[in-house]
Amino acid sequence: MAEPRIMDIKDQPGFRSVAIICLLVLYVPVLILMIFSLNSGSLVTQWEGVSLNWYGSALVNGEFHSAAKNTLIISVTATIVSTICATLAAIGMTRVKPWRGLAAAFMVINLPLMVPEIITAVATLSFFALIAGTFGLNFGIGNLILAHTVFCIPFAYMPIRARLEDMDLTLEYAAADLYATPWNAFKRITLPLLVPGIMSGGALAFIVSFDDFTITQLVAGPGQTTLPLYIWNQIRRPMTPEINAVSTILLLVSILFVSVSFLIARRRAK
Amino acid sequence: MTTATLSPIPLSKAASFEAQAEKAGARRNRLLSLPALIIIGIFGVLPLIIICVYSFLVAAPYGGVQWQFSTDAYLNFLFQRDIFDDTLQFTPDFLIIYLRSFLFAVVTTIICLLLGFPTAYFMATRSPAQRNWWVLLITIPFWSNLLVRTLAIMFIIRDEGLINNALIGLGVIDKPITMLYTNFAIQLGLLYAFLPFMVLPLYSSLEKLDFRLIEAAYDLYATRRQVLWRVIIPLSKPGIIAGCLLVFIPALGAYVTPLILGGGVHLMIGDLIAQQFGSGRNWPLGCAQALILMAAVLVALFFYVRNTSGKLQHG
Repeated sequence: MAEPRIMDIKDQPGFRSVAIICLLVLYVPVLILMIFSLNSGSLVTQWEGVSLNWYGSALVNGEFHSAAKNTLIISVTATIVSTICATLAAIGMTRVKPWRGLAAAFMVINLPLMVPEIITAVATLSFFALIAGTFGLNFGIGNLILAHTVFCIPFAYMPIRARLEDMDLTLEYAAADLYATPWNAFKRITLPLLVPGIMSGGALAFIVSFDDFTITQLVAGPGQTTLPLYIWNQIRRPMTPEINAVSTILLLVSILFVSVSFLIARRRAK
Repeated sequence: MTTATLSPIPLSKAASFEAQAEKAGARRNRLLSLPALIIIGIFGVLPLIIICVYSFLVAAPYGGVQWQFSTDAYLNFLFQRDIFDDTLQFTPDFLIIYLRSFLFAVVTTIICLLLGFPTAYFMATRSPAQRNWWVLLITIPFWSNLLVRTLAIMFIIRDEGLINNALIGLGVIDKPITMLYTNFAIQLGLLYAFLPFMVLPLYSSLEKLDFRLIEAAYDLYATRRQVLWRVIIPLSKPGIIAGCLLVFIPALGAYVTPLILGGGVHLMIGDLIAQQFGSGRNWPLGCAQALILMAAVLVALFFYVRNTSGKLQHG
């Protein structure tokens, strides 16, 4: 593979430059935004000097606090519920003989990925308005948790299912051979082997919930501001580098969770 | 079944264990998918049915609907009722927004493909260690907050943004070029948002490319260009289709990008729909518009399914 002659055959002229341009295009704007979060001046795009002032002013801001609290309540709950549901569903759809409706069930699980976000957003809004109007039911922040759980399930499901499909079934058969009950075989063999998939799926579910803007913006009631909504409210006011600081915090959280999910998945591949 | 033949125990015995294990667990396991299906069914599928119903109702004056059958929402998509003589007049305003969104999505898909294909191919031909780094570098923007990434573009192209400041500083221009809140801004934002969505599926398809075929093509005196157009691109067709779909569908329904970079002046379908639920206060119209968008997405998915299943039959 590493022979220079073969590498040369694989190469296409100009492709390296395009790849580097793509990387620059993807990273330069975000890096500039991050650098300006360290600006000591009060203008978003005029550099004056290095300071952490804007992180300080974001962290003592009461609105930021309540947005961060809401975001964590919603994404942690949605992540836990969706990851449990996705794990159960992945087992129920791989460790069985094909059953009638399996294809339909698979489609339902993946539905949130196929429907454009704005449609899900207005549909969820209409749904909660209808049950509030008809039954007087309003779950408060639970509305957002339920909406998030729905679109988190397919993201958690994918890595878990992939892990189950890659797994060596002989271990499970050996357990059954040695008189393990199905539950014991699951608890002592399948589940430990499945943990990396569950963690990877959970990390992805957390990111998509943590970052969600479109659905949250339409479904959120008064006082249910999350961090992305907080940023959106800041955009509409005269902007200070505080918005860069909050944005940078959000980006760093995403990067952390993507890297964790990625590293777990890569260890599996080895 | 192949695992059974590889296992050290005799095949017949292994098969019987397998049958036993399956019989014991199969029926119960099936029920494990119920919680996920119920949650998505109630809070994901049912809302879609509700907007189908809502699209045939009458708008209530302060948002919401009145339970009265009407096809006005669909008629309003193309026509406007004259207040005086009640005749329908063709008003293409919404249609123009749909066509413009379609154009934005097509241009985004094409440019993403032109940039993404060489990138994905370059990634797939690196050493495994380098490949991992490249995949991580493309994966990070894929999952990063879209609102924040769009904001980053906004800071750069603002009137007092970096590009204008730099050009003025260099003396190239003396008044800032207006880029924000233009079609150019939306197009740039869409490209920036969805480029990683093109690269990753292309990469996973190109990664599996059998490079012996390229060697064979060169042995048969193919030029580099012929190898690219007659070997590499045809072999990566499934990846190209998947990538185009992953860019086209979200670009068509984009909401955040035109909201921030179009400034409410240059609308796309996504903003139009959201407007009916906000200041427009016409929920049935919004539902009808959402369903028309959904129909467009289904057409795209249909072509995808037909193309890929055709591929399987030939292969």
